[in-house]
Order: sequence, then C-alpha cells, then structure tokens
Amino acid sequence: MLSRTAENLYWLARYVERAEYLARTIDATLRVTALPAAYIGKTNEWDSALLTAGVAASFYQAYEEANEHNVVEYLSFSANNPSSIRNCIEAARLNSRSVRTALTSEMWDTINSAWIELQAVWSKGTSTREDLAKFLRFVQETSLRFDGSAYRTMLRNDAYWFSRMGVHLERADNTARILDVKYHVLLPEEEHVGGPLDFYQWSSILRSVSALTAYHWVYRETLKPWLIADLLILNDTLPRSLASCYGNLVRNLDQIGVAYGRQGPAQRHARGIRNRLEHSNMNDIFQHGVHEFIQEFIADNSRLGEIITKQYLI
Amino acid sequence: MAVAFDEMNIPGGDLRPAYQELARWLKETPPEALEYRRQEAELLFRRIGITFAVYGDSESTERLIPFDVIPRIMSGKEWALLEKGLKQRVRALNMFLRDIYHGRDILRAEVVPDDLIFQNPVFRPEMNGQQVPHDVYVHIAGIDIVRVDAEDFIVLEDNARTPSGVSYMLENREIMMRLFPDLFARHRVAPVERYPDELLAALRSVAPQSASGEPTVALLTPGVYNSAYYEHSFLADKLGIELVEGRDLIVKNNEVFMRTTEGVKRVDVIYRRVDDDFLDPLTFRPDSVLGVPGLMSAYAAGNITLANAVGTGIADDKAIYSYMPDIVKFYLGEEPILKNVPTWRCREPKDLAYVLDNLGELVVKEVHGSGGYGMLIGPAATKATIEAFREKLKREPEGFIAQPTLALSTCPTCTASGLAPRHVDLRPFVLTGSKSTTIVPGGLTRVALKEGSLVVNSSQGGGTKDTWILDE
Repeated sequence: MLSRTAENLYWLARYVERAEYLARTIDATLRVTALPAAYIGKTNEWDSALLTAGVAASFYQAYEEANEHNVVEYLSFSANNPSSIRNCIEAARLNSRSVRTALTSEMWDTINSAWIELQAVWSKGTSTREDLAKFLRFVQETSLRFDGSAYRTMLRNDAYWFSRMGVHLERADNTARILDVKYHVLLPEEEHVGGPLDFYQWSSILRSVSALTAYHWVYRETLKPWLIADLLILNDTLPRSLASCYGNLVRNLDQIGVAYGRQGPAQRHARGIRNRLEHSNMNDIFQHGVHEFIQEFIADNSRLGEIITKQYLI
Repeated sequence: MAVAFDEMNIPGGDLRPAYQELARWLKETPPEALEYRRQEAELLFRRIGITFAVYGDSESTERLIPFDVIPRIMSGKEWALLEKGLKQRVRALNMFLRDIYHGRDILRAEVVPDDLIFQNPVFRPEMNGQQVPHDVYVHIAGIDIVRVDAEDFIVLEDNARTPSGVSYMLENREIMMRLFPDLFARHRVAPVERYPDELLAALRSVAPQSASGEPTVALLTPGVYNSAYYEHSFLADKLGIELVEGRDLIVKNNEVFMRTTEGVKRVDVIYRRVDDDFLDPLTFRPDSVLGVPGLMSAYAAGNITLANAVGTGIADDKAIYSYMPDIVKFYLGEEPILKNVPTWRCREPKDLAYVLDNLGELVVKEVHGSGGYGMLIGPAATKATIEAFREKLKREPEGFIAQPTLALSTCPTCTASGLAPRHVDLRPFVLTGSKSTTIVPGGLTRVALKEGSLVVNSSQGGGTKDTWILDE
C-alpha cells in the first residue's frame, strides 16, 4: 500500500485514541475534584490532568490558572492546543478524507458523523457540567465505534495492522504518562502510609484507563498501589497495560513482516521492549525506580514510533 | 427568448410518453412524502461525505450539491441517437488531436486557422510528434448537451481535459434506488453501475508496451483540498486502484514508481485529475507542488500513459468549438449528428461587430473560462454589466465567443412552492479505450434551481438529478 496511506491510517488511529484518553482524563479529574478537599488533599488535580496530557507548558502560556474551566476548555475545545479533543477529531477527519479508499464505510461514517456533531452541537464548547458529561460520553463513544467498526469491518491486511499499531502505540504512551505523573502515589507497601486521600487518587488512575472494575476482577482485593502499578504495567490481560500494548504491537509488526516477507528495525525494537516487560516484575521495577522505568519506557515507545515511520511511512 | 422545451409536458396538456408513469406516481404521492424523501436524501449525501468545495467561499469549505429527487427521463430511442452522436464527436476529437500533434492536415486544408492552434496557451508543443498508445488522447470525455426541441441534441461544450461529475451520476442513482424502490419497479431504467468497470478496462487497454501483463493503474489527485477530491477518492475506490498525490510518485530512469510500504512499485497508467500545467514542474509550472518531477520525460519515453493525454485542451477550447462541425466532416466525412450552438467568433471583425450590437441578447463566454465564471448572459445582465463587458470585449476580442441565449429544456423539479419546471443540461461520459468507445446510458443532469436561471454550474447554485434512460 502507499506509504502515505499507511501513515494516514496510523495517525488517524492515534488521534482517535488520544481524543478518548483526554476525555477519560477529564472525566476522572472531574470525579476527584468533586470530592470534599479533605479527601483529595492539596494537589491540584487539574494541573495533573495537564501534565498527563503533556500540554502543561503550552497551557501556561495562554492561561494563568489551572482550574476546571480553563483546563476543560484547553483540553477539549481549544483551537490553539494541537492535541485538544476538537483538533484530534478534526485531524482524524482530515486523515480519513485522505485515505477514504482504505477505510470501510463504517469507519468513515463514524469519523464523519463525529466531525459533523462536533460542528453542529459542540462548536461553542460546553456551559454546564451536564453538557460536559454529554460531550465526554460522545467522544468516548466515537472512539468505541471507530475501534469496533475497524475490528468488525476491516480486511486483515496491512491497512488494519498499521491502524492497530497507531492505537497501541498511542495507548501505551497515554498509560505511561498517567503513571509518570502519578507514580508518587504508587509506592510499594512498606514505604507507604495509605489513607482515604490515596484511595481516591488510586481509583481515579484506574478510571482514566477504564480499569477500575478490571482491577477487582484481577486481584479480588481492595485498591493497593503496587497492584495498580502491576496491572497497568505488567498485566497483559488489561488492554491498556503497557505489556498488552506491546504484545499487540509485536504481533502487528510480525504480521506486516510476514506479509511483506521481511523484518526490520521496527520489529526488533518492539520485541526488545516487549521482552523487557515480560521479564520484569514489580519488585525489580520498584528497586530500579518506577519513575526511571516509566521515563525510559516513554522514550523507547516514542523511538519505536520514529522507527516505524522511517521503515514504512515515508 | 423562445419558450423552453418542456421535457415532460406537450403544449396542450398531454404528457410525453417517457414521463407518463412518473406523472401517475407523482399524483399518487402526497407532497409531504416527497419532502420527507428529499430530506432523507440530503442526510444520506452528507453522511457519505459527498461534498465539493467552492473556491473562495470561506463560510463553508465543503458544501453539498443540492440533489433534486425528481428524475430526468429520456426514452431509449432518444438515447440511441444521442449515443451515436457522442461517439461520432469523440472520435473526431481524438482524430483532431492526433492530427494537430502530428501531420496537421486540417491546418493545411485551412479548415481551422493556424494561429488558433499555435497561439493558444493550451496547445502543448511538448506533444509534437509524441506517440500515445492506440492514438487515444481523450479517454474520458464529458460532453455537455442541451435540448431546445424534441428533435435535436446540441453540444454546449466539449470537456476533453479532466471532466468531473461522474461520481454524482453514480451516487445519485444509488440514492434514488434506496429512496424510491417503488418508482423503479414501475420503470425499466438502464443501469449505470458498470461505469467503473468500463473505465478500468479502458485505462488498462491503453497501457504502454513496456508495462507488464497486469498493468498498474493509479489515479492522480491534487489532494484533499481540491474541489473534486470526493470524486477522486470515490473513483479510486470503485476501480480498486491507488489514489496517489504527486508526492507519492517518483521518476527513475524514465519510469514512474509509487512509494509503498514495501518499497517502490512501477505505475503504468495514470488517470490524472491534475491539470497539464501542474503535472511536472520540470516541464510546466515550476512552482507546482502537485506534480511529479520528470513525469513528462517518462511520458516521452513511452513508459507511462496519461489519461487524458497532455494537450487535449486544444480540442475543447471554446474558440475551436465553433469549428467542430467542420472538424467532424473533415475527419469522418459524415454529417455531424449533434448540433453546435451557433457561435460568433469575436476574433473575426464581422462577428465582433454583430456581437457588440446585440450584447443584450447574447451569451458571451471567455474562450478559456470554465465553471460558468467570466461569462455574460445578456438578457439577465444589468446595463452597467453589459457596458463593462463591452469594454473588455473591445480590448481583447480574441478572448471571447458569443452565442444566442438558448432556451434550455426544462424538467419538473422540487421547489419551495411545489413542483415547477427548471432548466437542465446533461453531461454524458464517453470512454475510449484501445478497441472501443462506450457510454453508460445517461449521465449527469444538472439543473438550475433558481426560477428562470440558465446557469446549471454547481459552483453557482446548480443542482443535480438522476438521469433515466428507459429500456424499451
């Protein structure tokens, strides 16, 4: 397939995934900040939301204070924030238009309808909490529909694999960023004095990767920070864990390798990361330092993005 | 202006046979039901994303072309005549192009004046002596046809460069069949859906000799910001070929390749929807970023077929248009089946004098204009516009032609105040491959939605209709 087509499919999937992640982040932050101050302590959760979205620096160039109004505006609707939800959907539609022929009509319809709704209903942003909740649901449903229609309607060929690679690379990045911002509340047992304050932080982390229920199913335990870290980093049954994302990335890259009859640096690099995740346990990671581990992962993950681009997309 | 030919009603109250069933159906269908279907059609079009961009319209960069749900109907007999005429005309266009870029018999015979060719900016000296496979220059032609009476079809314009609109022909039918199954059940409408197959077959048949047994065809688009981008992606999809932009192609050793995820792959035939000027910055406009550097040298080497060929503009130029009846006679020795609109060539002093004296009744067109821009419709223009145009005409008479204002035929059309006659034209699409010329029955009917308006161009408020050829 055309390199440009593969590139568009890959970025299209990344934009949709990112939009959903931003919606989840805002949703989780709204829940935490709705609690009385005694439960959440002095941390500014809206500031954390900006950090996990990776846009804190540009935000403070435009705004003084990270409060609900400003952050929701910036992350959801701002035209100046290149990765606001609005811009993600706009970019996804533009990408879709360029690869119309590689998309199934269901996928196109999802993106096109979302774009139409964005203009028709959400062009002025949201004024009430209720509106905002509706908007966030709309974004998450768009992503679900997009993912679902890709899964149900696309041929299993390189177009599908490039699109899935975009999803998993973006998803790994998003999960890693939450961990990076919140690692300080995920310290191992002996170092940690838990309180009600942390409980809400923990559930908020899980909610932002839609894993709160999954946690209880996997561990049948009350929320424990080291288990949360285990779930998000190493547990490959959780679709948003780093291990799961890399299992999928390796599989997609292998499928492409087989179809094209040759492997390259992207396959090797992805396998390297996957192997490291497979052979780690939480003890080692805590020994090594969660923060360092995550930072390294984020750098490795974005390097994979560069390698894929060089090998296939240009 | 004469009274327009009504395609449905015969003066005196009778209906033309092709419209009888439709009229019956309209009588049985309550107006609300029609209105409901009309809204449904609009929703469907928007959903599928059939939009087009209007240049210079910042309000909405993507816009729907209004679709009218009342079909335009022609009898099989009428179509048979039209089809014969179209084939004749396109054959002549191809022979004319072959001649202009080779022996130039027609110039020596003084049927067409030299300067009209050599001083014409759309004449491409690069094409002199260049062989094109099977001597096909115009693989896809869109011939704009109008009617003024029951007998004749008149060619308003030949489009031999990159005619667009065929996606609307196909989608209009798709949507009509979805919305009005009962109406279809009551007619025998000739299908149009084989157009993509015929197009692909035609394109493959003209692959260069150096191509492999299974030639690779690609569609070259200027990109998503082009007004016809939807059509480009639609056709690439239906043909199952890659939709490429200039940056996807590279030329190596006079062969054209596309960049793919598996390395480069040779391309043999390019169905290009990029104008000559932008095709190759090394040959034509150096500032073009839409083209492919070196494409023209691969073309000269005979390693790539461009459809349509480079330089076809010389055949659909409005100044050449007036010579078409003579061109048909010259190459084919036959009487032209399709008529021309009588045309005054303002380059000729006698004609110019007539035009200047009668501006109020004439339509004056720029020789190189398109899209309905830059033309004067005398009867509808204000005095000031006419006077301004008069000055333009005197300054540069060779840039214009003039024609009488035609009373384009009318078809019943949905309007705010119910069904009413509106003026229409028709663009059938004529495909020419190595062996045959084919036309799917029908084409794109464009309708001027404003009462009394004669401008059917989509960029100026025109709409479209499904076109039915009855299979009798």
